[in-house]
Amino acid sequence: MQYQQELFTPLNAPELAGEQMGRESPGYWSDVWRSLKKNRLALSGILIIIFLGIMAGIGPHLSGSAYDAQNLSLANRPPGGGYWFGTDSLGRDLFSRVWIGARISLTIGLFTSFICFFIGVLYGSVSAFIGGRVDDIMMRIVEVFYGIPFMLYVIVMMMALDTGLRAILIALGMVYWLDMARIVRGQVLSLKEQEFVLAARTLGAGTWRILTRHLIPNTMGPIIVTMTLLVPNAIFAEAFLSFLGLGVSAPMASWGSLASDGIQGLRSYPWQLFFPAFFISITMLAFNFLGDGLRDALDPRLRQ
Amino acid sequence: MARYILRRLATMLAALWLIITLTFTIMHIAPGGPFASEKKLPPAILDNINARYHFNDPLWKQYTDYLGNLLQGDLGPSFKYENRTVNGIIKDGFPVSATLGCLAISLAILVGLPAGIISALRRNRWPDYLSMFLANLGFSVPGFILAGLLMYVLAYRLDLLPPAMWGTPRQAVMPALALSALPMAFLARLMRSSMLEVLGQDYMRTARAKGLSERLAVWRHAVRNAITPVISYLGTLVATIFTGSFVVENIFAIPGLGRYYVASIGDRDYTVILGVTIFYAAFLMLMNFLVDLAYMFIDPRVRLVDRKEV
Repeated sequence: MQYQQELFTPLNAPELAGEQMGRESPGYWSDVWRSLKKNRLALSGILIIIFLGIMAGIGPHLSGSAYDAQNLSLANRPPGGGYWFGTDSLGRDLFSRVWIGARISLTIGLFTSFICFFIGVLYGSVSAFIGGRVDDIMMRIVEVFYGIPFMLYVIVMMMALDTGLRAILIALGMVYWLDMARIVRGQVLSLKEQEFVLAARTLGAGTWRILTRHLIPNTMGPIIVTMTLLVPNAIFAEAFLSFLGLGVSAPMASWGSLASDGIQGLRSYPWQLFFPAFFISITMLAFNFLGDGLRDALDPRLRQ
Repeated sequence: MARYILRRLATMLAALWLIITLTFTIMHIAPGGPFASEKKLPPAILDNINARYHFNDPLWKQYTDYLGNLLQGDLGPSFKYENRTVNGIIKDGFPVSATLGCLAISLAILVGLPAGIISALRRNRWPDYLSMFLANLGFSVPGFILAGLLMYVLAYRLDLLPPAMWGTPRQAVMPALALSALPMAFLARLMRSSMLEVLGQDYMRTARAKGLSERLAVWRHAVRNAITPVISYLGTLVATIFTGSFVVENIFAIPGLGRYYVASIGDRDYTVILGVTIFYAAFLMLMNFLVDLAYMFIDPRVRLVDRKEV
């Protein structure tokens, strides 16, 4: 067998370049973003949410009338003539009130979501990671709480906490973390047997470090989806509480309280219901679309 | 299976006890009360009131008394309305709420399931887009807003239906519609995704390969298999309908339990809130339990001997 000498000469630089990867392989998040961008519904959801966020910031200052400035001689005006969304029964500018309502409703949605994120992630991951008896007891507690119908529990909590934004946040946060805890626990349970956890443990990492650096980041996908879908749920729940008279107190306004005020005068002043109703619904749609899109984008099996 | 049922019952009792204790405590520490709102009462009358409702007893005694009465099925008197008891309120209101609830549930199932099935069979064609568009809409409009909009359009603008009250079939249309929208939307989406999963299974190909007609394959094999996960949602469905009825009954002035409940929250009528909350909680938990039992019998794949969720 004859070897030709040229087989043993090193390749020159241009030929070597062909062996390199054409481009860097996209990371997890850029992959998710790419797949999300293709989903038109999810993308429009993001745009609507951004728009609502901006308007919640500047909206109350645009019309020139403060949200709590009463003018009884201008009560129940239909939209038009300086009052773009009309006025309410006390002559307050509905345009300003709708955007103040956006502030409150979005705050409630986002904050509840974050509270549940902290409680649920901590509870679920600790329960799953320690396992054994601790897990049994912690999950039995969740199961018992789960047996109580959610809204009843919120209503009872609201009676104790009196009304107000902080009370609503506490009441909703205390109820909705249960779902998050269950989801995180399931995720961590399936992840904790994987080799990279063993590797980290062999290298001397403690429980806390493994939890925060290895397990929780790897469960972020389902957590983010749950958080996104929690926002409309919380806004929904707040609207429901407002209707029962347990929402934010006047002169503050949330979309829920505006809509439930609007129902009173529905026959003669329908716009007082239409505007808050429209914005609640569009917000729900936006977050639900985004949540569905994220679920598809984060799950590699559903990605197209 | 017996072990599973026992465990479920124990969890249920624990949850029930928790909500009784929690609600009882909160009702006793909550600020205000039905007597605080009225004008200042002479001390003698206040003493009488306190004696009549046992407010002078220590809290633990009131609690054990309440539990004792509860075990005998007595939920106590109403604070606000002299001649009414909580039992009486439930007896008056619940049948109305249950009738409305049954109507809404039937409507949700009769429309939601077929919509989901058709959507899955005509995936990515107009029936799918239409029903999913409507389902998303049903998802996004809170019940009381939907009720208001229906009332405005159907009663005030078009004058097709009576705007409120209860008793005739025509008066039941709008409340049932408003109440069923959310669960209907949920059922349609759930049924659609469940059907899509089943339609992709190997046994569906087998069914077609052995020459079953499309209709038979869909009915015998797809729908039957797809419907089981939907059944497990029925417990939640009942809860959604009943909490939804708090709002809908108020808007349409229907004398159901939900309306009394909301009124008692406004009045701070604590015994009524406490009693009705317990009643609702017990009822909804029982429903959930029954649905789970039914699920076990229907789906042979479910063996909940000792459930360890992963």
